[in-house]
Amino acid sequence: MLTADRVIAAALMVLSAYFMWHATALPIGWNGMTGGPGGGAFPFWLSAIMFVTAGAIIVRSFRIKFDNPDTFFDQETLRAVLVVIGSLVVTITLMPWAGAYIALPLFLLWYLKVFGKHGWTLTLLLTLGTPVFLFFFFEVTLKILLPKGFTEPLFIPLYARFF
Amino acid sequence: MTYAITRRIASAALASAVLLAAAPLAAADWKPQKPVEMVIMAGQGGGADRLARLFQSIIQKENLSSMPILPVNKGGGSGAEALRYLKDKSGDDHVIMATLNSYYTTPLRTDIGVNIEEFTPLARMALDTFVLWVNADSDIQTLDDYVAAVKASGGSWKMGGTGTGQEDSLVTAMLETEFGIKVTYVPFKGGGDVAKNLVGGHIDSSVNNPSEALGFYQAGKLRPIAAFTPDRIDVFPDTPTMTELGHELVYWMQRSFVAPSGMSPEAVAYYTEMFEKLNATEEWKTYTQEKALMADFLTGDALQAYFLEERAKHGDLLGAMGEGS
Amino acid sequence: MELMAHLADGFATSLTSLNLLIVVIGVTVGLFIGAMPGLGSVNGVAIILPITFIVPPSSAIILLAAIYYGAMYGGAISSILLGIPGASTAVATTFDGRPMAQKGQAGLALIAAACASFVGGTISVVLFTLFAAPLADVALAFGPAEEFALVLLAFTTFVGLGGDDVLKTLMMICLGLALSTVGLDLISGQPRLIFFDQPGFYSGISFLVLAIGVYGIGEILYTIETQKSAPSVTPAKLTFGELWYGVKELNKHWKTMSFGSILGFFVGMLPAAGATPAALMSYGIAKLMSKTPERFGKGTIEGVIAPETSNNAASTGSLLPMLTLGIPGSPTTALLLGGMVMWGLVPGPMLFIEQPDFVWGLISSLYTANVAAVLVNLALIPLFVWALRMPFTVLCSLVFILCIVGGFAPSQKMHDVWLILGFGVGGYLLRKADYPMAPLVLALVLGPLMEKSFRQTLISEQGNVLAFIERPLSGTFIAISVIFFLLPMLKHVNRWLGRKPSPAE
Repeated sequence: MLTADRVIAAALMVLSAYFMWHATALPIGWNGMTGGPGGGAFPFWLSAIMFVTAGAIIVRSFRIKFDNPDTFFDQETLRAVLVVIGSLVVTITLMPWAGAYIALPLFLLWYLKVFGKHGWTLTLLLTLGTPVFLFFFFEVTLKILLPKGFTEPLFIPLYARFF
Repeated sequence: MTYAITRRIASAALASAVLLAAAPLAAADWKPQKPVEMVIMAGQGGGADRLARLFQSIIQKENLSSMPILPVNKGGGSGAEALRYLKDKSGDDHVIMATLNSYYTTPLRTDIGVNIEEFTPLARMALDTFVLWVNADSDIQTLDDYVAAVKASGGSWKMGGTGTGQEDSLVTAMLETEFGIKVTYVPFKGGGDVAKNLVGGHIDSSVNNPSEALGFYQAGKLRPIAAFTPDRIDVFPDTPTMTELGHELVYWMQRSFVAPSGMSPEAVAYYTEMFEKLNATEEWKTYTQEKALMADFLTGDALQAYFLEERAKHGDLLGAMGEGS
Repeated sequence: MELMAHLADGFATSLTSLNLLIVVIGVTVGLFIGAMPGLGSVNGVAIILPITFIVPPSSAIILLAAIYYGAMYGGAISSILLGIPGASTAVATTFDGRPMAQKGQAGLALIAAACASFVGGTISVVLFTLFAAPLADVALAFGPAEEFALVLLAFTTFVGLGGDDVLKTLMMICLGLALSTVGLDLISGQPRLIFFDQPGFYSGISFLVLAIGVYGIGEILYTIETQKSAPSVTPAKLTFGELWYGVKELNKHWKTMSFGSILGFFVGMLPAAGATPAALMSYGIAKLMSKTPERFGKGTIEGVIAPETSNNAASTGSLLPMLTLGIPGSPTTALLLGGMVMWGLVPGPMLFIEQPDFVWGLISSLYTANVAAVLVNLALIPLFVWALRMPFTVLCSLVFILCIVGGFAPSQKMHDVWLILGFGVGGYLLRKADYPMAPLVLALVLGPLMEKSFRQTLISEQGNVLAFIERPLSGTFIAISVIFFLLPMLKHVNRWLGRKPSPAE
C-alpha cells in the first residue's frame, strides 16, 4: 500500500512539473502596476504547490511505521480492470473510423457476452436496441450527430427520412 | 484598348468554359444530403453565437435548407479551435462556419498553422458597428469631455472590453493613439458583461456594439458619445460619428460565413443562394434595423478580397499595439 | 394589485388544456434529457428553440419553462442513481444522494430531491414575482471584486468536505484549479497549457468531461473490484410507506429548505455566479448548522435536500438578470435570451414595462411547470428505481455507453471522449489511494471564475490587493468566508479544551 502511495505521489510530481514547464510560456510573475499576476502565474504556482504537496506525501510515507497489509491491486482485480480499460480504448479508437453504430454495439456484445457471461437473448436485445435508441434520441430528437466513419453513406436515406 | 477587349473576350470565354464544364454536374440540383454543421467561432451566449443561432432559426423557419443546420460552438482559443477544425474538414460539403473578426486576428496573433486564404468564402451578412459609451450618470456629454476626463485620471481610467487582442481592445488601442491618451483596459468575458459593469459603475467607459448596450440605452442608463462609423447610426440619430468630429476612426465587426477549402462549386452555389435568400427575409431586415447592424451582403471573390484586405489592416493594428508576430 | 391581475392573465393562458399537455410533455422530455449524463437543460432548450418560432409565442414560453424545469429535476436523478452529476449544479447532490442509493434508499433520495426541488422552485418563483424589478439593482452592484469574494465564500463553506487527509485534499484542490486554467488566458488573450499541441485543449477542460470521467468511468472501475463481495447498489424497493415516510421526513427540514431556497435565489440571481456555487454553499452551510454534521457524506437526507432546494431556486433566480439586464448567467439562459430576441423582445430594463404580457406569462409558466415537474418526477421514480435492479454488468455496460456518448455530445469532439477515459483511469487510481474527488471537481468549476474576477479587480485597481476588503460588499463576503474557514477549527479547539480536565479538579 505504501509503495503504491509513493508511486502515485511521484507521478503527480512529474505531472505538476510538466504543468509548470507549460505555464512558463506566459509571464508567471507579479506585474505590480498594471494588474497583478501574469497569464502563467495561476497554473505555475498552483502546480508548484502540487509539487511540494506530492513531495510531502512521499516524505510522510517513510515515517509511517506499519504498512496496511492490503495490496493495492490483487491479481484478479488488476486483470479485470485492465481488460475493461483495454476494451474502452479499442471502442474509442474505432469510433471515428467505423462510426459509433459499429463501435458501441461491438463493445456491448463483448462486455455482456464475454465479460458479463449473459445469455444471448439479453445480449442481442441490448446490442441491437441501444443503437436504435441512440439514433432516435440523439440524432433525430436532439439533433446531435454521432461519428459515423465509413458507415456515413448508409445513413443518407435515414437522414432523408427523419430530418 | 485592344488589351481591354482581349481581356474581356478572354474572360467571357473563360466564363462560358466554366459554365460548360459545370453544366453536366447540374449545379442547381445539389442539395445537402445530411445535416449541415454550422461551426461558430465563439462560445455559447456571446453576440456571435446569438447571431449565428438567429440565422439558423430563420433558415429553419423559412425552410431555406433541405437539411437541418446544426450549430456547434468551437470558441476555444479565440476561435483557434474552430479554424483548426475547418482546416481538417477540407473537401467537406456539409460544414460551414460563422466568423467574426477573430477570423483574421487569431491566426495573426498566435501561430496555429492556418492560412485563411485557403478557406472558401460564402457570404458576408452584416457589419456590426462600435460606439463609445459612458454611464448616463457621468458628466461626460461630448468627445472632448471624454478625452479631458481620461487625461485627468492619469491612466487609471477603466475601459472595459472583451479579451485582449479582440475587437474591443483594438478599438481602444485606436482611441489611445488618436488622442494620445492612456487607459486601463479591463477584459471581460463578453460584451453583455461589459455593458452590465459599465451600468454598475465598475468601469468608466466601453466600446460596446449597439446590440449589447441597446437595452440599457433605452432605459436611460448608458450614454453614447461617438460612433466608430462613417455615417450616423439610425438608432442613435443624435450621436456624432468620429469622422464628423474630425477623427478618422472607423471600425467594423464583420459577420460572415466561410466553408472549408475544396468545397465543391455546386455546394458553394447552394449555400450562397441560401444566404442570399436569408438576406432578403423580413426577419433579418427587421433585426438589422433594430440592432443597428449594417446589412452589407457580399459573396465570392469580392468577399475573399475583403478578408485579405482586412487581414492586412489588422496585421498593422496589432503591430502598432506591439503584439503582432 | 396590478401584479395580481397580470399574474391572473398569465395563468389564464397557461392553464388551457393544450398548454397543460405541452407542459407535461415538456417536463417529461426535460426530465430524461437532464437525467442523461452529459446532457442538460441547455440541450433541451437548444432543440426546442427553433420550434418555438412555429408555435404561438405563449405556448413556446411554456414549453421552454417546462423543459428548463424538467432538466433541472432530472439532473438529480443521475447524481443519485449513478453517482454521475448530469450538470455542475448537481455535484453537491451526489455527496449524499449516492451513499443513500448504495444503502438501498434510492427511492427515498429521489423523493427528497423532487420535493426539495419543488419547494426551492416555488419559493424562488414567489420571490421572483414580488421583487424582480428592484433586485436588478443588486445584481448591478456586483463587480469583479464582489464576484471573487463570493466564489471565495463558496469555497470556504466547503472546507470540511475533503477527507481527513489534509495533504491529499490540498493536492486535489490545486490539481482542479490548475486544470481549470487550461485553454485560453482571458486577460492576455493568449493560449496556455495546450498539451501536445492538441487543438481540443484550446477550449479548456469542461466540467462535464472531468465529472463523467471521474464519477462515471472511475466509479465503475472502482466497483468492478468491490462487486465480487458486495454489489455497489443495493436493489431498492419503493413502497407507498416509503413515500409517506419521505414526506414526513421532509417536514422536519423546513429550516434547511427555506434557507437553501432563499440563498439559492440570491446567489443564482447574480450574473456569473449561478446555481453551482449556490448548491455548494447551501450544502456546506446545512452541514455547519446541522446537529449531526458527521452524518453528512454518508447518506443523510438533509445532504440531498439542501443542494436540491438551492440549485432549483438558483435556476429560477438566474432568469432575473437575463430578463432585467439582458445578461445571461448560464449557457441555457443565453439561449433563452437569443430566443427572446427572435420573438422581437428586447431583454433589459425596459422589458417589464414594455412587455408585461410576456414577463408575467413566463412567470406563470414557471409556476405551472414546477408543479408539473414534481408530479411527473414522482410518478416516474418507480421506473428509475427499477432501472437500478438490472444485473451489475448490464448496468455497467450501459453506463459506459452513456459516458462515451454523453461525453461526445456537448462539444462533438472525440478529444473529450479520450479525456474522459484518461480522467476515469486517473481518478480511479487516485481514489484507490484515498485522494478525495469532490474538491477536484469543485475546484475545476469555480477556478476560472475565481482567477478571472481576481485579475480583473487587480487590473482595475492598479494592483491594489486591499481593494477586495475596501469595498463594502466584497469586504463583508470575505469576512464571512474567514469566519467559515475558522469555525471548524474553533469547534476543534473547543472540543479539545473541553476534553482536557482542568488541573484544579
